Amino acid sequence: MLHGYAASLLEGMGVTLAVALASLAIACVLGLAGAAAKLSRLRWLAALASIYTTLVRGVPDLVVMLLVFFGGQLLVNELAQRAGYAAYIDVDPFIAGVLTIGFIFGAYLTETFRGAFIAVPSGQREAALAFGMSRAQVLRRITAPQMLRHALPALSNNWLVLVKSTAIVSVIGLNDMMQKAGQAAGATRQPFVFYAAVAVLYLAITSASELGFGWLDRRTSRASRPRG
Amino acid sequence: MNFDAIAENLPLYLGGALTTLKLLAISLLGGLVVAVPLAVLRNAHSRWLHGPVWAYTYAIRGTPLLVQLFLVYYGLAQFAVVRDSVLWPWLSSAWFCACLAFAINTCAYTTEIIAGALRNTPRGEIEAARALGLSRAQVLRRIVMPSALRRAIPSYGNEAILMLHGTSLASVVTLLDITGVARDVNSRYYIPFEAFITAGLLYLSITLALVGLFHAAERRWLAHLAPRS
Repeated sequence: MLHGYAASLLEGMGVTLAVALASLAIACVLGLAGAAAKLSRLRWLAALASIYTTLVRGVPDLVVMLLVFFGGQLLVNELAQRAGYAAYIDVDPFIAGVLTIGFIFGAYLTETFRGAFIAVPSGQREAALAFGMSRAQVLRRITAPQMLRHALPALSNNWLVLVKSTAIVSVIGLNDMMQKAGQAAGATRQPFVFYAAVAVLYLAITSASELGFGWLDRRTSRASRPRG
Repeated sequence: MNFDAIAENLPLYLGGALTTLKLLAISLLGGLVVAVPLAVLRNAHSRWLHGPVWAYTYAIRGTPLLVQLFLVYYGLAQFAVVRDSVLWPWLSSAWFCACLAFAINTCAYTTEIIAGALRNTPRGEIEAARALGLSRAQVLRRIVMPSALRRAIPSYGNEAILMLHGTSLASVVTLLDITGVARDVNSRYYIPFEAFITAGLLYLSITLALVGLFHAAERRWLAHLAPRS
């Protein structure tokens, strides 16, 4: 049915998953940093984090991606020229895509992690400090594990949105599922078949993710569930 | 920075903003009109009624908008039946396909938002209405639906903003919305920063206007649920 393009589509799916996972890693780092900044006592740091989250939520991801890709291209070559490097450098769409999606979802995760931190009662942190634990120990043993539990529902939601937004990296030329489907559609003149196949693959990823997060949620909420 | 080229092309950007707003208004309106009855079906007892609606929202919410747009714009042209049908003049136009794909997309999210609000209707409201002798249809039309639509406003505001961002994909199928104009200006002058930052600022102002609009709507229609001071 797929005229031998199944392997090519699956290869594209691998690229899509790689983009999604790499972006998630960046988004988690930025999200934790953003949450720490928003909760910080330094006013300017909190303001900076607010600007970050407001800007990202006000601008479409495609526009940010085009800015990073074309703007990055210009910037890299300008800098290279000043450093005396003559050859033209192409910005890799994978890197531009991952940076953009990571940057965007970092803003969403900032809110998620901030909410999760606030959800841990401060009495628990105070009690742990009173027991003589260091601040790092309190974070590792008391706050972080509970934050994960509180953050999980929103994290799962953000991951699903993130996976879907990876489709736009095809616009800047990355060889993901969408591009592979476009190539196959052009060669066979059956665009519906191939884009439907991509839809099914995306649905498989999102469905599997939902099952995975459901399992994780049941595991981490064991302590807070009524026993019976 | 070279903002002269941007100033020169300002009319183009404003035209793009108009296109974006039109795309947004048409898809939101089309999606909302269909979502209201679908939300009722989504909560129906019969499996034959809620099953298909569940499948529709599940499939749409589990796949990227870009895939849906390509399925409508490029995909449908694969079938001779479509190419020979009376609808072909519409289905071969990027404008119509973008509106259709966006409406199908936002309709699925809106259906779930309204269906959720319907499910959360306090039982007392329904019981009181039934006790007053209203029929089931009357209860739905006069009590449950108005109450649910009001409580859906905050989530729907979020959906409207996400849809605004979604309309930027129209530029991928050649439409000259804000993003399309920015891509065009960038390819002519090679000024990516100026071109895309201008587009970003336009989107940001529309987003802020939408946020203000929905806050006003909440104050108008959700005043009865606001905490008393």
